[in-house]
This record gives sequence, structure tokens and C-alpha cells, in this order.
Amino acid sequence: MEEKKLTPKERLQIPTQEMGEQDPKERIHNLKEVPFGYTPEQAKLEATRCLQCKTAPCVAGCPVEIDIPTFLNQICEGDFKGAAKTIKITNILPAICGRVCPQEEQCQLGCIVGKSLKTVDKAVQIGKLERFIADWEMEQGAADTPEIKAATGKRVAIVGSGPAGLTVAADVRREGHEVTVFEALHKPGGVLIYGIPEFRLPKAIVMTEVENLENMGVEMKYNMVIGNIHSLDELFEQGYDAIFVATGAGLPMFMRIEGENLNGVYSANEYLTRANLMKAYSFPETDTPIARSKNVAVFGGGNVAMDSARTALRLGAENVYLVYRRSRIEMPARVEEVHHADEEGVQFLLLQNPVRLIGDEDGWVKQMECIKMELGEPDDSGRRRPMPIKDSEFRVDIDTCIVAIGNSSNPLIPDSTPDLETNRWGNIIADDQTMKTSKKGVFAGGDIVLGAATVILAMGQGRLAAAAINEYLKNGEW
Amino acid sequence: MNRILEKEFISDQVFRMRVEAPAIAAKRKAGQFIILRTSEDGERIPLTIADASAEEGWLELVVQVVGKTTKEMSMLEEGGSILDLAGPLGRPTHIEKVGTVVIVGGGVGIAPAHPIAQAMKNAGNSVISILGGRSRGLVIMEEQMKAASDRVMITTDDGSYGQKGLVTDAIQKLIDEGLKIDLVVAVGPPIMMKFVCLLTKKYEITTLVSLNTIMVDGTGMCGACRVTVDNKTKFVCVDGPEFDGHCVDFDEMMKRQRMYEVQEKESMDRFQS
Ligand SMILES: Cc1cc2nc3c(=O)[nH]c(=O)nc-3n(C[C@H](O)[C@H](O)[C@H](O)COP(=O)(O)OP(=O)(O)OC[C@H]3O[C@@H](n4cnc5c(N)ncnc54)[C@H](O)[C@@H]3O)c2cc1C
Ligand code: FES
Repeated sequence: MEEKKLTPKERLQIPTQEMGEQDPKERIHNLKEVPFGYTPEQAKLEATRCLQCKTAPCVAGCPVEIDIPTFLNQICEGDFKGAAKTIKITNILPAICGRVCPQEEQCQLGCIVGKSLKTVDKAVQIGKLERFIADWEMEQGAADTPEIKAATGKRVAIVGSGPAGLTVAADVRREGHEVTVFEALHKPGGVLIYGIPEFRLPKAIVMTEVENLENMGVEMKYNMVIGNIHSLDELFEQGYDAIFVATGAGLPMFMRIEGENLNGVYSANEYLTRANLMKAYSFPETDTPIARSKNVAVFGGGNVAMDSARTALRLGAENVYLVYRRSRIEMPARVEEVHHADEEGVQFLLLQNPVRLIGDEDGWVKQMECIKMELGEPDDSGRRRPMPIKDSEFRVDIDTCIVAIGNSSNPLIPDSTPDLETNRWGNIIADDQTMKTSKKGVFAGGDIVLGAATVILAMGQGRLAAAAINEYLKNGEW
Repeated sequence: MNRILEKEFISDQVFRMRVEAPAIAAKRKAGQFIILRTSEDGERIPLTIADASAEEGWLELVVQVVGKTTKEMSMLEEGGSILDLAGPLGRPTHIEKVGTVVIVGGGVGIAPAHPIAQAMKNAGNSVISILGGRSRGLVIMEEQMKAASDRVMITTDDGSYGQKGLVTDAIQKLIDEGLKIDLVVAVGPPIMMKFVCLLTKKYEITTLVSLNTIMVDGTGMCGACRVTVDNKTKFVCVDGPEFDGHCVDFDEMMKRQRMYEVQEKESMDRFQS
């Protein structure tokens, strides 16, 4: 109640609340999550920093337009349950988004508090509050199963169980349609399970979300590689009325430099899949091996590169070099990930670019050769283009190399569905409002449409698709 | 879960397992494979489909015990089950009537060669199969291969069965007999496929090989299975498993096969003790 009377000036004086974190020296020896999350007191204080401004630039910055001022106000009032409800109107996976969204480029970017204090770092910590509420709700036991409308008799097949697929499953099921999710791997979650490591996103959270869906009556089918086991047309023949394709970006890109097929060279997808999904960190108690590395080079500057570098540290590497061809500010990774990697001792080799990998006679990588770069004129992406500096090559001894420069689109579905249009990068073409593809009854969204993007954008497309699927199943209009 | 319908050792280290998998059995084509996992903490391993019945809904796998997972699998019995089975994976063999096709199967590679021989025969080709093994016990599925071929030749390294020698000697013999070979399909250890390709290249006989690299997902997501074909990187699980043998960098592939040699041994030793 007291807080209500605070003036904006007083609110601006409340310090930004920091989450407690595991000590970097300790945490590189375990897989536990790095930040501990807010205490309820901290959460209330942080939420009190919100000015409840009318323009709410935060909502405009959120791809799924969570009603942020309302849920922050509910936190101030101690109504955590209410806050959870508010968030879940538009975001079914808040425990995940609170941890992995690039808030500093979205909701927190426009925040007036951050603007007044002249740094986005001091914006209201909306992501941390979202996480707090989601965790609080999970601690209360099973989440309330949302109301499911009367059965419509219509069936929807969802291909891929990443954030896009899971979002559509929830939204379509709520309308009373029968939903089956087909997943190629033996576990659900897509990148949330096989890519993003435990220390950043505990797997129990993802599994809880999937259980919630199952409690709603969504059927999960694993080990089903659609395109191979059933084509999309066969799914229609089996009685599905609509299909949502959310197969993700998964097809790793390599640098196309000499030596990339040497032993000890991994795509980030492979390295992280072995470590996360296949639990190679417990080898030999578990069966899937992974390189035992001393000196590791990671190529790239995004979240995937940070996750790979930090995983390598936890698997016992002594030196982990992160090689990125631009400078630190251009890194596409979340600020928090770069900061955590730095704290943990990842060595940044910035403005440098690998040019080849050198192997020993048994075919193992033993060195990388890099060239120094300088930044030139801005390119199409608006970032300054890195240019090699002549004769600046140098070599570093390594025994493992992880290529984390991005993913292109997986070909299995497009190859087996000739009437599904793709663009020249192999991404499925879908209407940006309805996510309808060129094939009747088939919708698509997430990384398979966007190219490698983010969890929240995948969910955003999922929401649009779900609305359009529900509409299509109602009136049959394409 | 996929129920095990039959299991039997067909030689010292090689067993045959029939598992229930109706959807895959209905869909699979010659040359395709599956990925399976036997336990919660188990590895995902690729195995080529040796036979299948769409009517009865089963797949047959022929497996050589080489590491922990295959050892563990060999201890499963009829009535038990395989935890996960995903497939059919990879592109099917391109089956076409070309004339005379020589199918070369080495060791446990005879198993995946079998459906290819069947399909080639059904397409109207004259099929000659060459089965090779280090010794008699490693030459498997002779009867089935006979049924799928017009002629079968057998070679063993130690001469304990068939002709003493290598599969390449048998191919050479066919060439020397003046036979016009239109296509060779070789499935077996990489070293065997390499030497088959060296020979057939000399005589300019188109040769397909089926590669069995290390894999994780089998859907193109990880790149563990990559090989160099015609100086380009290819993923065996989605671009293959069959490639033009004359373009494959076998030396690189053989080195990559040994990537986890140390860990594999450790895992096996631990399992056996
Ligand atoms: C290591 C890593 C870290 C990341 N960190 C972040 C982060 O911090 N913040 C952020 O916002 N984003 C991050 N991203 C990106 C984010 O994870 C993706 O944008 C998002 O997961 C895309 O969701 P999706 O549902 O489109 O696809 P995915 O999550 O890729 O899921 C696709 C699913 O479809 C399955 N599938 C594929 N083909 C088939 C088929 N033929 N049949 C059946 N199933 C199939 C796949 O197995 C997979 O489970 C990260 C990505 C990676 C790899
Ligand atoms: S096994 Fe992962 S891409 Fe082929």
C-alpha cells in the first residue's frame, strides 16, 4: 500500500535488484543454474520501480504483448497468482522466456525508467520478474489446467515440439480440438532441451510445461520423423484437419574452411546435443561420449556460442577461446550470457577470424589459424563490416573446435512436400499474419520460417498460427 | 517401446533381431536405416534395416557386437523391448533396371546389402552377390542372399570358406570372365568399400557405397555424420547413406570413425566388469 504513494522520483531512486548467483569459480564445476532468482521482497521492490506509465513502451517491445504494467502492479500488491494469470494470457511459457528472452532488446529497451537513468541496464528487470512469477507458480504445485472447450471432433497435427509447436498445441487444444505433437527426437522441447544447457534453463522446467500440455489432453508422439515416417499428405489421409510445421532451423552451418572435418571439430548442435540431450557430461555412467578437451575454440558470438563455451568449461576444459570476427558490442548474444561467460573465464578473441584448422597425422585437430580483423563500413545488417588485416595470421593450439555460426533450415519436410513453397534459404514461406503456407491446411512458424531466431518470436508466430488454425477449423476458409 | 519378436545369434559376434515396428515396416525402402536407443541413458545408434514385412509389421536388424550398446542389445531376448526406434531414415537406394548389378557385402554389411539385392532383382536386373568375411563364421545370410541373387560368390580372408581372398578378387574375376558389369553396390567396412572403389574406378564401373558413420540425431541437425564427397561436406543421415563411391574420401571417414575409440573401450570395459 505504502508504495502506491511513491512519486516517480522516489521510484527511480530504488536500486535495480540483482539476482543472487553461484560463484563463477564454483559454478564451472557443476551444471546447476547460475542465478538463484529473486526473493519475494526483491521482486516487490523491483516491481515498485515501474512508473506505470501510460504509453507502456515495454508492451510494444514484447513480441507477445504481455500486459506488463498490470502484472508488475500485481507483484507490488503481493498478488503473485494474479500476476501469473496476467502473463499466461499471452505467454504460456513464462519460466522459459523469463530466462532466455533478449529482454534488453525487447521489453526493457523502451522502459522509461532505464531511459531516465540513461542505461538500459537500469530498466525495470521485467524478465527477472517474469521468471520470479513463473517459478513461484511452479513451486505452488501443479498449474491449473486451463479450461478446454467442448470437443469439436477436429484434429490438428503439430510437427516439432520446440517453443513454436508447444505454443500452438496449447492454444489449439483450448478450443476443443484434438492435438497430436509429432517429435523426431525421443524428448520434447526442441532447442530448449537439446540446445540450451541446464545451467541456463533447467530441463525440469521444460518437462513440467510439457506435462501441463499432456494434462490438457495433448498427445505427444516421439521418434516420429515426419517427412519420412508420414508425409504431410499422409497425415491428412489419417484424418488430421490441419497441420502446423514447427521443425526449427536445425541444419548446422560450417565455416567452409580447411580442416573442418577433422576429429575434434563439432557443430554447436552436436556438442550441445551430446552434452544436454544425451547427458555426455556423465559419461561413462551414461553411454554417449564427448571429447575430453583441454583447449577449446568456439567460433561465433551468439547465445549458441556462449552456451558451447560455457559447456566446454563445465566439461573440464582448461582454456576456452571464443573467436568472433567483430567486437564485443556487436555480439548477438544476450548481454547476460556474455557477462557470465566472461566471469567464468572464457577467453574472448575478438576481431579475429578462423581461416583454417590444422590436424595431426591421425586426423585430430591440433591448431587453428586465425586472422586479425578491423571494422570497416556498416553492412546490410547495420553492423560495421569486419575486414581482414593483411598478414596478421597467427596460430593457437587447440584440441577441440566448436562451430557456432548459425543454422540453416532442415530439408526433411520441404523435400517430402513438393507443393510447400520455400524461399532460397529453404525456409518455409508463410503469411506473416496467419502463418498459412502455400499448401492448404498447412501452417508453419518458428525458426523453420524465420531462420534461426528466438524462443519468443517462435512463440509469437505460434500464437498467430493457432488463432488462424482455430479460425480455419471453424469456417473451413483458406 | 518396440517389442522384440525374435532374436538369435547367427555367428559368434553377430545376431539377428526382429522387432515390432509396423509404421516403419510399412514405409521403409531398401537402403534406409533406423536409430535406436536401448535405455534411458543409452546412446542413439544407427542400424540399417536388413529386412522388413509390412504385412506382419516387423523389421529385422542384423547387428555385430562392437561396443557397449550392441553388447547390451545382444543380451535382450524375445519378449523384451527396444526403448526408442526412429525411422525410416536416409534416402532409399535408387532402384532401376540397369542390367547386371554386382552387390558386395562385407561381414555384417551383408545384412543391409540384402534388401538392395532383393530390390535390384525385383527391378529386373541380373544380380551377382559377393559375400566376404574374415572367416567362415562372419559370412552371414548366405541362404537369403542366394534367394535374392542369380549367382553368389563367397570369399574369406583365411580361406576357411569359399574362395580364399578378398571381395575385390571376386570382382576382378568377374571382370576377367568378360562380364559387363553395369553397377556395383558395396556395403561393408570402409576399408573394403575403399578398395572396391579403387578397383571399379579403374574399370569405370559406377559404384554405390552405403556409409555407416557415427550419428546422433539422424535428422540432419548435428553434423556428426559428415563426410567429404566430391570435395563437399555431406551429411550421411539426410544426403545419404548411399553415395557415389568414387567421390567419397574414405581415409577421412575412417579417421572420423575412430573419434571415440578410447571412450568406447572404456564404456565397454566398464560394462563388462
Ligand atoms: C544453443 C542455443 C541457444 C539459444 N539461446 C536462445 C536464447 O537464449 N534466447 C532465445 O530467445 N533463443 C535462443 N535460441 C534460439 C531458440 O532456441 C530458437 O529460436 C527456438 O527454439 C525456435 O523454436 P522452434 O519451435 O521454431 O524450433 P526448435 O526449438 O528448433 O524445435 C523444433 C523441433 O522440431 C523437431 N523436428 C525437426 N524436424 C522434424 C521432423 N521432420 N519431424 C518431427 N519433428 C521434427 C526437432 O527435433 C525439434 O524438437 C538458442 C538456440 C540454440 C541452438
Ligand atoms: S546424425 Fe546428426 S546430422 Fe546426421
